[in-house]
Amino acid sequence: MNPARPAINRLFRFQWEPAQQAHVLLYPEGMVKLNQSAGEILKRCDGARTVSQIVADLEAAFNASGLAPEVEAFLEMADAQNWITWNTD
Amino acid sequence: MDTLLVPPDAMQRRPGPLWLLAEVTYRCPLHCAFCYNPVDFAQAGPELSTDDWLKVIREARALGAAQFGISGGEPLLRDDIEILVREARGLGFYTNLITSGVGLTEARLAALKDAGLDHIQLSFQDATREANDLITNTRTFDLKRKVAAMTKAAGYPTVINCVLHRTNIDHLDRIIEMAVEIGAEYLELANTQYHGWAFLNREALMPTAAQLAEAEAVTERWKARLGKKMRILFVTPDYQSKKPKKCMNGWGEVFLSVTPDGLALPCHTARMLPGLEFPNVRDHGIDWIWHDSPLFNRFRGTAWLPETCQSCEDKDKDHGGCRCQAFMLTGDPSATDPVCPKSPDHGLIDAALAEAEKPGTVHPLVFRDPKNSTRLARPF
Ligand code: SF4
Ligand code: SF4
Repeated sequence: MNPARPAINRLFRFQWEPAQQAHVLLYPEGMVKLNQSAGEILKRCDGARTVSQIVADLEAAFNASGLAPEVEAFLEMADAQNWITWNTD
Repeated sequence: MDTLLVPPDAMQRRPGPLWLLAEVTYRCPLHCAFCYNPVDFAQAGPELSTDDWLKVIREARALGAAQFGISGGEPLLRDDIEILVREARGLGFYTNLITSGVGLTEARLAALKDAGLDHIQLSFQDATREANDLITNTRTFDLKRKVAAMTKAAGYPTVINCVLHRTNIDHLDRIIEMAVEIGAEYLELANTQYHGWAFLNREALMPTAAQLAEAEAVTERWKARLGKKMRILFVTPDYQSKKPKKCMNGWGEVFLSVTPDGLALPCHTARMLPGLEFPNVRDHGIDWIWHDSPLFNRFRGTAWLPETCQSCEDKDKDHGGCRCQAFMLTGDPSATDPVCPKSPDHGLIDAALAEAEKPGTVHPLVFRDPKNSTRLARPF
């Protein structure tokens, strides 16, 4: 089995909001405004990339290292909020 | 001094609306006695055209609105909602359809899906003329089951809203069971808000304290059983909770509603309030309506609050409660919401609750239809 790959829950829509100057999650009851790092992580939750690929991607994009704990903690929270689901096939 | 680079106007401007609710028609095949539509809806002017709505959608989006809801009446009675959804979705709105499901065919659903509709909320209620009792009305249940299966097959989660009142609340157990059978992911149990037709029918619709307590217990049992499988939200009624609500999250703060005939409102029931001029989207842009119209500024913030609230520490939390409720109960739209125990008019709530406890009196329901609407608008 392939490692699980996070994807945005179909109940939510992730997009850039010009009025908020931020990435947001839209859902039936409202909107969550995301901070920059949350936005960058969710942007990569496309159901194709694994968590370690996402981490590698972010580290390359922001010229940083050791981002794994932060990304994992965020994804755990996002999972608890139902923002993401996991692709396993 | 970075801030000096920001033009003074932009610095002072409050955010635009987040929500745009398009009540596209007052026409409806159902006749719910708890409908929040205005009792005199039959007097409303002609419906907005498709182009009028497109203009409203574009202007609201330009102000930053991100949620677009289509409701009514029954919105499916208009044949252009696909066009509205497509425009809204294309501009980045999250699009919601609030429907009774009557009139939703496979073809219509496919067209809406193709237009980019994000979400459907199915109202699961029908105190119709034929049967006040949801349970005995199997025809309605079959329809909802069909619609839910259809929308599910189209990839939409099943989200159901059910209005609770005196005549159906004892069947809550069965209502929740039906929602489970239908495969709902989300069930909102909304106790009747006494606006519009519901206020007219208040005596007939108000449950007793014992009925409510039982309903809450039933809900808790199901919640424990279902866990994440189906989420249930039980909205406690204002009268019983005695907690004034920050209506629409604050007048003119996030919500913009437009009536079928084009009135822009800060709350979908505000049309009933006296002494206010309601701007029409045919005559004014949304920007002016939101930021500058006297209506949207009338109850904005807390400066206008009556004395009871001015000295209260909760005023930022609830802004003195619901304006429509204050008006319906006291005749004064700027009074403290009588559901608040600190309101000088709170006795009116206690009296209504006591009335609900009186055994034996049966109040006939007045159904929401054009004939009753016309009759009730006549002075004699
Ligand atoms: S509450 Fe009932 S009568 Fe009123 S608009 Fe909704 S479905 Fe129609
Ligand atoms: S007095 Fe006014 S501000 Fe205080 S809780 Fe009651 S309604 Fe809210």
